[in-house]
Amino acid sequence: MNNKILIENLSLQYSDGTESLRGVSMGIRQNAVTVLFGPAGGGKSTLLRCLNRLNDLTEVRASSGQILIDGENILDPKVDVVALRRKVGMVFARPVPLPMSIRENVIYGLEMSGEKRKSKLDEAVERSLKLAAIWDEVKDRLNDPANALSGGQQQRVCLARVLALQPEIVLLDEPTSGLDPISTGKVEAALQELKKEYTVILVPHSVQQAARTADHAAFFLQGELIEYDDGKKMFTTPKEKKTEDYIMGRFG
Amino acid sequence: MEKSLSFREFIITRLIQASGYSAILFVALIFFFLLREGLPTLSEVETSSLLNVRWYPIESYFGIFPLITGSLIVTLGAALIAVPFGIGTAVYISEIAPRWMREILKPLVELLGGLPSVVLGFLGILIVSPFLRVFLDLPTGLTAFTGSLLLGGIAVPTVVSVAEDALDSVPRAYREGAWALGATKWQTIWRVTLPAARSGVLTAVMLGVGRAIGETMTVMMVTGNAPVLAVKLNSLFSPVRTMTATIAAEMGEVANGSTHYHVLFFIGMVLFLISLVVNVIASAVVFRAKKRAERILS
Repeated sequence: MNNKILIENLSLQYSDGTESLRGVSMGIRQNAVTVLFGPAGGGKSTLLRCLNRLNDLTEVRASSGQILIDGENILDPKVDVVALRRKVGMVFARPVPLPMSIRENVIYGLEMSGEKRKSKLDEAVERSLKLAAIWDEVKDRLNDPANALSGGQQQRVCLARVLALQPEIVLLDEPTSGLDPISTGKVEAALQELKKEYTVILVPHSVQQAARTADHAAFFLQGELIEYDDGKKMFTTPKEKKTEDYIMGRFG
Repeated sequence: MEKSLSFREFIITRLIQASGYSAILFVALIFFFLLREGLPTLSEVETSSLLNVRWYPIESYFGIFPLITGSLIVTLGAALIAVPFGIGTAVYISEIAPRWMREILKPLVELLGGLPSVVLGFLGILIVSPFLRVFLDLPTGLTAFTGSLLLGGIAVPTVVSVAEDALDSVPRAYREGAWALGATKWQTIWRVTLPAARSGVLTAVMLGVGRAIGETMTVMMVTGNAPVLAVKLNSLFSPVRTMTATIAAEMGEVANGSTHYHVLFFIGMVLFLISLVVNVIASAVVFRAKKRAERILS
């Protein structure tokens, strides 16, 4: 398998001094779930937000290095950010359904990109809601406001919203942090389906979730990539002492 | 010792209570006074005469209809100017402007809100109205449109600062959600941020309109004060007289207790009613928004 994304010596610092990345280099495989885990403030979310340039909108003091997606450096200022974000979708920790109906939420991105044909939109709604494992729960009330759904349902609608754009990469930033175990299970199961078509990068909300879902795992501590390995190996026989201590719950 | 302490508590509590109640009392008294002076109109002047189109109090023509239409046309014009400009400015300040620009613009807008209306009227008489007279080739520059322009200027800061607060309180996550889906800045503003702040923006519009309809000094200075029925299309570009200007101009010269005097108070009641309706609508909208916010937070 080849690397979809290649991160080379990426460093970044926010203006307010919180979180940062220091010389991170790693390759991320296509059609696999790559998990970025570690204690808070380790730079996991920052890295995610670099991958779709959402950091452009925050105050960043300094950054260096490059990120290649399919060989193209996406940190280049000339890159079309809007097109990039359609290719690299993102799901956030707190589900943020936009203030509109379920259907409108799902087709929002498509509409923004200029798709108007109803048949295409309907098709996308069904396909992506099914992929996000929520179709059966909402198919009869697509015109209800998305805010009226439960947290777990909202999060899967948000996932569907991203999938509707048929991205190549899906970023998930602690997507299950506010969800009950059943909803969490559904989202995790959906991820295993997703990786057949997409490259999935997940910041899990617990070590256990990391162990459950990871094909590949990267351990971040205070902005540094400590260890990066196959998921199974990482959670059974980690090479680094720090990784082992964290996985065993000795700190964090 | 303890007794004196609790006595002091008692006094302070009662004082605060009294000042709270007095505010209600004053409003009630004003309202009562307004009713007492205004209501006799209904027995002194026939309703048909009140709704007439002639306002010529010296000869007992008390048609307040031209005054109402005058106020409405000036306010409507002001709203048409203030709403797009105000919301546009608010969007710019809250969504687009870089931080240093925002820090200059926000206090500047609030400063503008404190501009005495008589100063604005001054500018209106000396600059705006001669300019309009020449530019639009009108017989006089003192028209409803002139009043609308200036009132719009007065209402803009109100609209901007309330709308800007509303936009500012839209969760950042909404915007990020839209951006992450590949929406452009403008698409995010138009389809996500503005709809999410809808109720606050509506309140801003209502408060702006309320500010415009109650404004007296500027309109008295620049609208020409001719009590002509303003229902034709070109009324916007001819002189009108508003309710506020009528009260301000005539109250000082009227015989206490006369019919004219009562009618002026009656106009005050109408004005009061209109701004009450605007305010009730505004607060109903805010109330609904609050309930929704509570639901989301819970």
